[in-house]
Amino acid sequence: MHENVTPGAGHGSPASIVLEHVSKTYPTSGGGWTEAVKDVSLTVRQGEFLSILGPSGCGKSTLLRMIAGLLPVTQGRILVAGVEVKRPVTDVGIVFQKPVLLEWRTVLENVLLQPELRGADTRAFVARARDLLVSVGLEGFEDSHPRQLSGGMQQRASIARALVNDPPLLLMDEPLGALDALTREQMRVDLEELWLQSSKTVVFITHSIDDAVLLSDRVVIMSPRPGCIDHVIDIDLPRPRALAGRKHEGFHVAEEAITAIFLERGVLQRSRGLTAAEIARHTESSPATRRQTVS
Amino acid sequence: MDSAVSMPLGEGQVAFHRRSGLLDALARRRTVLITLALIMVAWQLGPRLLALPTYLLPPPSTVLMAFLEQWQRALNAAWITTTVMLGGFIAAAVFSTVFAVLIVSSQLVEDAIQPILLVFQVVPKIAIAPLFIVWFGFGWIPETVLVFLMAFFPITLSAVAGLKSADPDILDLARSTGASTWAMFRKIKLPQALPEIFTGLKVGITLASTGAITAEFIASDRGIGYLLLEWRADLNTPMVFAGIFLISAAGLLLYYVIEVIEHVTIPWHVSQRRDISHA
Repeated sequence: MHENVTPGAGHGSPASIVLEHVSKTYPTSGGGWTEAVKDVSLTVRQGEFLSILGPSGCGKSTLLRMIAGLLPVTQGRILVAGVEVKRPVTDVGIVFQKPVLLEWRTVLENVLLQPELRGADTRAFVARARDLLVSVGLEGFEDSHPRQLSGGMQQRASIARALVNDPPLLLMDEPLGALDALTREQMRVDLEELWLQSSKTVVFITHSIDDAVLLSDRVVIMSPRPGCIDHVIDIDLPRPRALAGRKHEGFHVAEEAITAIFLERGVLQRSRGLTAAEIARHTESSPATRRQTVS
Repeated sequence: MDSAVSMPLGEGQVAFHRRSGLLDALARRRTVLITLALIMVAWQLGPRLLALPTYLLPPPSTVLMAFLEQWQRALNAAWITTTVMLGGFIAAAVFSTVFAVLIVSSQLVEDAIQPILLVFQVVPKIAIAPLFIVWFGFGWIPETVLVFLMAFFPITLSAVAGLKSADPDILDLARSTGASTWAMFRKIKLPQALPEIFTGLKVGITLASTGAITAEFIASDRGIGYLLLEWRADLNTPMVFAGIFLISAAGLLLYYVIEVIEHVTIPWHVSQRRDISHA
């Protein structure tokens, strides 16, 4: 695997994923072509938590699907564990935005779908599946059906499903995107913990600056259409970051740096501004406590 | 991780254990039973009060008396009609499902057949029935073919829709395990399609009874459809009513058989559906 480390990538660890000048174009209904991903070169190191952050439609999901071998690249090539991706990569766990559990199976049976589809003896995986369900916080729900679980719990089950075959690589496509804010907060903390306990490489697609900064070793910022790498930011915060990660000075520095990039690209826009009279009116009517939290 | 346990359970937890017993079901059906009783009373008294002759609208008691007089002949005919219904329907169920699998598993087959199927669905099958006499003569063959045709389209179309209803993400996930096409079909696509297939089967069975009666009107010398014509010619309206009741009862029975099979096969789906037939 070591021979596939591209120059300049190395922080010591060998490469898990290498993208070399990867592009993806789609035919449009009008007969033209849309460039979804343009000339992306990137090396993901083994054991690294890497986020790909960008606005909707920047091709980040396309990128993930190409890494997984679920979509062919138009140009360039992708290596996973040193092997060029030409068909679906099997030594991988995937988590999507939707949990996509099979509703006729119990939670445990859903987790066991992975080895079952691989033609493995599922009995050998039962103990591991149960352990995983405990570690994602679903103890006691093994025999429940997906309908009986909240959205967050369903997503936890889908993470257990992705991990049951113990793949070295985890691809996550906005796994927290469909969750309510509080569940999301908890899931992020739990996900970091889970990752710290393992030694997996994670590629994490997100459009949340918070999630990217609080989880990642590196954040790859994609520019909108056509999706290409805008910046790569190292996040050098101590772990576990958990909820306290927000208090860290480095968190704010990183957030501001990313916000600045998005402002520059027009992904985010400054407020058009309030008149002095509007501000004054608001400040007068607000209770003191409110002013305090805002400041 | 401990926080997960405190996560609120969705409404599904309750819904899963809903519809708890026979008593409950009976209680909910009491209202409709009262409605039915009122209709029967009105029907019994109406014709007398309005002095309607029996050949126009016989009251239920007259219908029952007429039926008791020749119940053997009527039941015999109903049995014949039911076997035709069932034969055509089972053939349609098997053929439609296989056909639907072919359509969804090959883009070529789908492109070649799906549009024709949609056009053919609009053709009134009953209009083709007279042709069957030309082709197959009288008897069970043209009857079964008509029943088959009536049931075929709704079952095929819902099976196709069902087999396509699996989430693309779960199929991608399956592909990433290197699963065989067969494993993906058996473990994901087919179970996912079952609710839709059962919907198609239920539509199919109701059309099957229409098909069977129509076929007997046109191409038969037996069965309830044939007897209905005979009774009408004799102005034996009470027996016409009795025949309609009999064949409706047979249709209802078959419908419920399918429901029972559905309950056994896909309890995960049935338990969370708010079905009007159980309301």
